Amino acid sequence: MSLLHLAIISPLILAIFIPFVHKTFPKIHTGWFLLPLPVLLFAYFLSFLSTTINGQTTMETLAWIPTLGINFTVRLDGLGLLFAMLITGIGALVVLYSIYYLSKEKEKLNQFYVYLLLFMGAMLGVVLSDNLIVLYAFWELTSFSSFLLIGYWNHRERSRYGAQKSMLITVFGGLSMLGGIILLYLMTGTFSISEAIVLADVIVNHELFTAALLCFLLGAFTKSAQFPFHIWLPDAMEAPTPVSAYLHSATMVKAGIYLVARLTPIFALSGLWIWLVAGIGILTLFWGSFNAVKHTDLKGILAYSTISQLGLIMSLLGLGAASLHYSTIDAGFYTVAVSAAVFHLLNHATFKGSLFMMVGIVDHETGTRDIRNLGGLMTIMPITFTIAIIGAFSMAGLPPFNGFLSKEMFFTGMLRAQEIGFFNMGTLGILFPIIAWVASVFTFIYSMIIVFKTFTGKFQPEKLKVKPHEAPLGLLISPVILVSLVVIIGLFPNLVAPLINTVMASILPGMEFDVHIYHWHGFNTELFMTIGVILAGILLYKFMPKWTGVYTRMPERFSFNSAYDNGLAAIQKGANRFTNAYMTNSIRTYLIYIFAFFIFTLGTTLIVKNAFTLDTSNVASIHAFEVVLVVIIAVGSISILFAKSRMTTIILLGAVGYSVSLFYAIFRAPDLALTQLVIETVSVALFLLVFYHLPKVSRHEETRQFKMGNAIISVGVGVVVTMIALSAHSGKAFDSISQYYIENTYKKAAGENMVNVILVDFRGFDTLFEIAVLAIAALGIFSLIKLRLTRGKEQ
Amino acid sequence: MMKTNNVILETATKVIVFIILLFSVYMFFAGHYEPGGGFIGGLMASGAIVLLLIAYDIKTVTTILPFDFKKVTAVGLLFAAGTAAGGLLFDKPMLTHWFTYVNPPLLGKMSLHTAVLFDIGVFLVVVGVTMTIIQTIGESE
Amino acid sequence: MEILMSFLIGIIFMSATYLMLSKSLLRIIVGTGLLSHGVHLLLLTMGGLKKGAAPLLGQHAEAYTDPLPQALILTAIVIAFGITALFLVVAYRTYQELGSDNMELMRGKEGNE
Repeated sequence: MSLLHLAIISPLILAIFIPFVHKTFPKIHTGWFLLPLPVLLFAYFLSFLSTTINGQTTMETLAWIPTLGINFTVRLDGLGLLFAMLITGIGALVVLYSIYYLSKEKEKLNQFYVYLLLFMGAMLGVVLSDNLIVLYAFWELTSFSSFLLIGYWNHRERSRYGAQKSMLITVFGGLSMLGGIILLYLMTGTFSISEAIVLADVIVNHELFTAALLCFLLGAFTKSAQFPFHIWLPDAMEAPTPVSAYLHSATMVKAGIYLVARLTPIFALSGLWIWLVAGIGILTLFWGSFNAVKHTDLKGILAYSTISQLGLIMSLLGLGAASLHYSTIDAGFYTVAVSAAVFHLLNHATFKGSLFMMVGIVDHETGTRDIRNLGGLMTIMPITFTIAIIGAFSMAGLPPFNGFLSKEMFFTGMLRAQEIGFFNMGTLGILFPIIAWVASVFTFIYSMIIVFKTFTGKFQPEKLKVKPHEAPLGLLISPVILVSLVVIIGLFPNLVAPLINTVMASILPGMEFDVHIYHWHGFNTELFMTIGVILAGILLYKFMPKWTGVYTRMPERFSFNSAYDNGLAAIQKGANRFTNAYMTNSIRTYLIYIFAFFIFTLGTTLIVKNAFTLDTSNVASIHAFEVVLVVIIAVGSISILFAKSRMTTIILLGAVGYSVSLFYAIFRAPDLALTQLVIETVSVALFLLVFYHLPKVSRHEETRQFKMGNAIISVGVGVVVTMIALSAHSGKAFDSISQYYIENTYKKAAGENMVNVILVDFRGFDTLFEIAVLAIAALGIFSLIKLRLTRGKEQ
Repeated sequence: MMKTNNVILETATKVIVFIILLFSVYMFFAGHYEPGGGFIGGLMASGAIVLLLIAYDIKTVTTILPFDFKKVTAVGLLFAAGTAAGGLLFDKPMLTHWFTYVNPPLLGKMSLHTAVLFDIGVFLVVVGVTMTIIQTIGESE
Repeated sequence: MEILMSFLIGIIFMSATYLMLSKSLLRIIVGTGLLSHGVHLLLLTMGGLKKGAAPLLGQHAEAYTDPLPQALILTAIVIAFGITALFLVVAYRTYQELGSDNMELMRGKEGNE
């Protein structure tokens, strides 16, 4: 295990200790014990920065299930490093923020931080694993920890609803991704991503290629909340705000982006990939930004804004993938889309993270997030207002912040879509810049709503639960750091250019890049588009009441949310009805299912497969007293059916049991004979003891029909068992393995009684578990009788 | 359980119980070579105790044998699992047994075997379980 | 002998099945007890009967009976005892609480809503 492996699982290890630490030091906020870890990890990953930028890839392997080609291989390249630094860097800021956000008296901090660490480790695992199966395992773990974090305030109905929704949708995507992984394995014979990339040209014409592609994209789209799977993200906002800032804007929802970026070299040779990724991305961009405007909850606006920004990055990745179809020289024309995607990914994490934290502060200090109740906070919370302005203006794409730069690059990428000379891009490609422009106008509008509806306008203290004031320093540190990054990257974008270069090398392998980000491109189309966005945005913002009626035109009934709710209800109802149809709560019915299945499968197999054989050559001799015993057992077992009293039943059962033990003696099984004899004695005593408390054996007025049904089934079982017994004796498929025991009983175990040696030595495990079962049965009996008595006394 | 008053049974039981118990111990140790072993030995021992129960009543038996049979079961499980895990200490797979031969005076050649420890566990569990069941049912109402 | 035993096993299974399908809880328990006898005999018969001496090396015989089924059955006998005991106590407690051993009356409410 290398240090890199340790870095990935270190959050999981720390998670084990959190509950103990929480209990031991209740006076200290648990977050403080957590904080050093992401800081250290961030520093650790930062140390890889220079070597990775020089094109070096670090790879470490830990054998897990080598026979199946599943190894815990860690591969640290540019893409992985960028994500790892985002996860640990934002993670550290979020933990710091949460220390001031979550009260140590009121909240179950031990649970919260365990979930958070679980997520951090899982997310690191996703972005650093080279093996797809390992990636999948970590992927599901992120869904799982996200579920726990959304449902953290589990006394709220909305929290539980949101948690379930996100779980169902992302796990559905995760499962289809697993299908994709298996299909990819069938095509390439490897679970390793880096090995599969080498085979990309070979598999593109494989018949399973399209299926694998769709499966992977389903996984990526559900995780990254792409249209129409975006519906889970707004409901995920029920999570505490630090979680929303971390999982649902900066890291987890970008796992889908990561997957698409990582798999681009494998799948991008297909036109379907480019169309789907770019098309769904641009659709999500529009739909998210359009819907964000109608919301009044600040977190709701941010959720839809996140959806739309994720769509933006997704569409850029899709268009940029087209460059893989061109020779190196022409490709540079299209790679700008990918560099925009990477750049915007980084920028989005900074400005959206800070905006979420800003909303958290507003919520924390005023008690509401509804913009209808907020307003005029500018003078009361000046620092928060500054954070909001920088974050929102960057999101709207205004200079001089980093969002402006990536938005310009985004327009460039979209404009060049028309130049792509295949897959109908030439004709339909014109749609990309148009939709992008419209979506950007809406982005501008909701960015303005976030700032101006909250901080300007009329201050309404009567609508607030608490008296607002500026947030404490601790809450402000993290967002201030993030907005400083927004400004710094905005002013000196080329600080991050080498990193973007390296990340692009992972997405588009084998190409040369020289990313250089300019503030001023001259008066080109992109600049005019931005100016147009600002003008149109301001106009629409001013006259908002005039046109927001369009939102009410869309009936709630036809939304994706109601489709999800109705679908879920229908599935539950159907499952209930189906289960109730055969689960009748009658033991007899269940037994009939079992016996009928037994007769049907074994009987038909015996006949269809011609398995029934009868061989009378190799049989043991029959003595007269053996016949007597057979008759006793047969008559005894049949007469139990007609026994009227309990005593007769016990005596008959005992007679059968003792005769069976005699059979054991005849058949050279002295151990069995002895055991059966003693067991039978103890059992009879037991039956007598219990029957003392029980009613008479009654038939409960069984009808003729009832009896006939029973008779048919039991005769069927008897016949099938007889046939099996005969065939088992007659046909020997292979030699008995008993010779081994006969030979080695003395040699290896120094015993002479083979049965006993098998029990205590050769197959001791069976015996160990057997006595464990016995002990459990005894405990069950004890608790059934004794524990009830004590409870009765209490009442 | 019903209080019986049967002098012949009570007197005979006093003798027979010891014979059965002794026989059960013999059966237990014979197990590695002749028919017998932990299961049979344990069942026979519990058979003897059941006989006591039938002859006397449950209170008398609890005073004669003041064990908590649940604990007997637990000790037995511990014995068996401990012997099973013992092999791990010597870097062997679980349940690897070990034996040697010794020549004590008077008794002649005999083998010492860790499997016996395992079988003691089985013996104790069987006695413990059987008696727990019978006692629990007998004591209720 | 094996042929004869096969038919005997069939009869035991048949009676056991019939008992298990009846309404009375007690008869069901007796049925499971009978069923385990049938299973044990089936295992023994499958291994072949009287193929040699008892599986004790002290017999110094040419051939021994298959010891493996015997070990399996020994385990099964003891387990069957434990299970029967548990069933009996469940029946006893059920009767105490519900005052009936008729399975059809113990069905509880329809559905799970």
